Amino acid sequence: MRSSLTSANRAGWAFALPGIVLILAFIITPFFLGVGFSLTNQRLISPNATRFVGLENYRQMLDIAVVDLQAKTDAAGKTVKDAEGQAEFPRLRSITRNLDTPQYHGMQEWFRWVSGNTAHVVIASDVVFWKALLNTCIFVLVVAPVQAAIALGLALLTNQKLRGITIFRTIYFMPVVVSIVVVSLLWRFIYSGQNGLLNNMLSLLSFGHFQPVDWLGNPHTALGAIITMSIWQAVGFHMVIWLSGLQTIPPTLYEAAAIEGASKWQTFRYVTWPGLRHTAVLVLIVITMQAFAIFAQIDVMTKGGPLDSTQTLVFQAVQRGYGMQNIAGGSAISVILFLIVLVISMIQRWLTRER
Amino acid sequence: MSVIGSDNRNLRLGVRYLVLILIALIFVLPLLFMMMSSFKPSDELLRDTSSLRAFLPVGQLSLDNYSGAFERAPVGLFVFNSIFVTGTTVLLSLVICSLAGFSFVFLQWRGRDLMLSIILATFIVPFETIAIPLLLEVSKLPWLGLDGLSWGWLDSYRVQIIPWIADGLTIFLFVQYFKGLPGELIEAARVEGASWFQIYRRVVIPLSGPVIATAAILKFLIMYNQYLWPLIVVQQEQYRPVMVGLQYFFQLNPAWGEIMAYLTLITVPVLAFYLVLQKAFIASIASTGVKG
Repeated sequence: MRSSLTSANRAGWAFALPGIVLILAFIITPFFLGVGFSLTNQRLISPNATRFVGLENYRQMLDIAVVDLQAKTDAAGKTVKDAEGQAEFPRLRSITRNLDTPQYHGMQEWFRWVSGNTAHVVIASDVVFWKALLNTCIFVLVVAPVQAAIALGLALLTNQKLRGITIFRTIYFMPVVVSIVVVSLLWRFIYSGQNGLLNNMLSLLSFGHFQPVDWLGNPHTALGAIITMSIWQAVGFHMVIWLSGLQTIPPTLYEAAAIEGASKWQTFRYVTWPGLRHTAVLVLIVITMQAFAIFAQIDVMTKGGPLDSTQTLVFQAVQRGYGMQNIAGGSAISVILFLIVLVISMIQRWLTRER
Repeated sequence: MSVIGSDNRNLRLGVRYLVLILIALIFVLPLLFMMMSSFKPSDELLRDTSSLRAFLPVGQLSLDNYSGAFERAPVGLFVFNSIFVTGTTVLLSLVICSLAGFSFVFLQWRGRDLMLSIILATFIVPFETIAIPLLLEVSKLPWLGLDGLSWGWLDSYRVQIIPWIADGLTIFLFVQYFKGLPGELIEAARVEGASWFQIYRRVVIPLSGPVIATAAILKFLIMYNQYLWPLIVVQQEQYRPVMVGLQYFFQLNPAWGEIMAYLTLITVPVLAFYLVLQKAFIASIASTGVKG
C-alpha cells in the first residue's frame, strides 16, 4: 500500500509538473512581477537602475481634486462678464502654479461645472487615466446589461420548436468566430464618414433625410459606435449560454403553467426567469470581465481618440507599458484593473453562493 | 372557423420567420458586404455602398484585390505563421493540460489540492493585466538554440507558443470531464498491471473525445484570433501572425478593396471550419459556459 502511494506520488507530480511549471512561469510570476513593478520606476529599456518608489505610481495616477474658482470682479465688486454674458473666471494656472497651493502643482483640468459665480473644476495629475477609467466603466455599464438582454431575447427566440431554427442559431453565432480585429477593421469602413456603409444605408432608409455622421471621428459618437459593434460581435456567444440555461428548465414546469392558464409574460416571469438565475449571474460576469479587457477595438479603430473619448484602461496600460516603455506605469494600471475584476468575481461568488 | 384558425396560425408562423430573418440579416450583412466587396475594384466598392448593390456580387468582379493584398504584404507567410503557432499551441496544450487533469483526478500526491486551487485561482487573472510584466519577463528569458545559449524570447515562434500552452480553463475542462469517468475502469486497468501512463494513453484518452474537441475548439479560437500578445512581442515580419499582419493595410488612405480581400482571406477558413463543426461548436461553448 505504502509503495503504491509513493509511486503515485511521483507519477502525480510528473504528470502535472509541465502544466504547473508553465502556469507558474507565465501567469503567476508575471502577475507578481506586475505588482512589484508597479511599486518601482521600472522601464522596458533604461540605463538607470530600477528604484523602489512605493505607491508613487498610484498616487500619480489617482491624484484628483476639486478646486473652486471665483468669478473675476471689477473695482466696484461686480462680476466681470465675457462677450456672451457669462461670468469670467481666472485661469486655472492661478491655482496650479500658485506657490501657496503646492499640492495642486502640475495638475490639469478634467472637467468643470459652473454654479453662480463659482466654477468647480475637477483637476487630476493624470487626466488621461481618469478618462480611460471612466470610458471603461461606461463601456462595461452599457455593454453588460444591453448585451445580456439582447442575448436573452435571441435565446428565447431561437428556443422555439420551429423547422430550421438551428440555421438561425448558427447565423446569430457567426460573428463570434470572426476575430474582433477583423470585425473592427471591417466596421471602421462601415462607420466611415465618407462612403461609409452605415451612413449610406441610413440615408437610403430615410429617403435621404439622414445627415451623414463621422461615427468614429466624432467624440460624441465614437464610444457608442464601438459599443454597438462590440455587442454585435459577441452577443451570439451569450445567446448560447442562455440557451443552455433555458434547456435546464424542466418542461413539466411549462406544462403546469399552461394548465394553470398562465399568459406568456407570466410563464416567463414565474417559470423561465427563476430557472435562469445562475445563468444570469454567469452571463453578466463573463460579459463584465470581457468588457473590462477591451483593447483590440480601440487599437484598430480609434487609438483612444478623438479627444481621448475612447481611451480605455487596457489601451492605456499597453500604451504606457509598451508604447512609452514605462513598465511601471502600465503595471500600475494593470493592477488597478485586476483589483476591479477581483471585486467583481467576489461579487459573483457571493451572488451564486449556496444558500 | 377552422380555416380561419389555420390561416391565423400560418400568419403567426410567417411573422416569426420574418422576425428571425430580419435579425439574421443584421448578423449576416456586414460579413456578406466584406466578402462581396473583396471582388470589386476600390472605386466601385465605394460607389456600391450607397445602394443594396453593396451586398450583391455585381459589377466588375475579379481577384485583383487578392493579388494586390499578396503584393502589399507577405500574406502567405502570415497565414503560415498563424497556422503554425495555433496548431502547435493547441496540440501541446491538449497533451500538457490533459496530463495535468489526469493527475489531479486519478492520482494521489502531496500538494495536489493546493496546486489545483492555485491553478483555478488563475482564472480570474485576465491576460490583459499580466501582458506588460510578461513582456519584460520573456524579453529576458534564456533559450538554448542551435547557435548556443541566447537571451530574450522576443521575435520568435516560441514566445507566441510556450506561454499559451497551459491555462487554468483547459486544465479545469479536463478535470471536470475526468471526474465523470467511471473510476472502476482505472482500478481494473491498475489491477491488470498497467502503468499510469498506459492508463492515460489507452483508457482515458480514447474516452475523452468530447472534452478534447471542446478544449481544442476554444484554444483554436483564442490562438488564431490573438492580437495583443503578438503585437507587443513580435517586431519582425518573419514571425507575424495574420491579425498583426493587418497593420500593413492600416493607412491614411486605405485601399479598401485589398483590405476586404485580406479580411475575407483570413476569416473565411474559420467561418467554414465553424459551419462544418457548428453543432459541436455551440454545444461546447454551452457546456463550458454553464460549468465555467
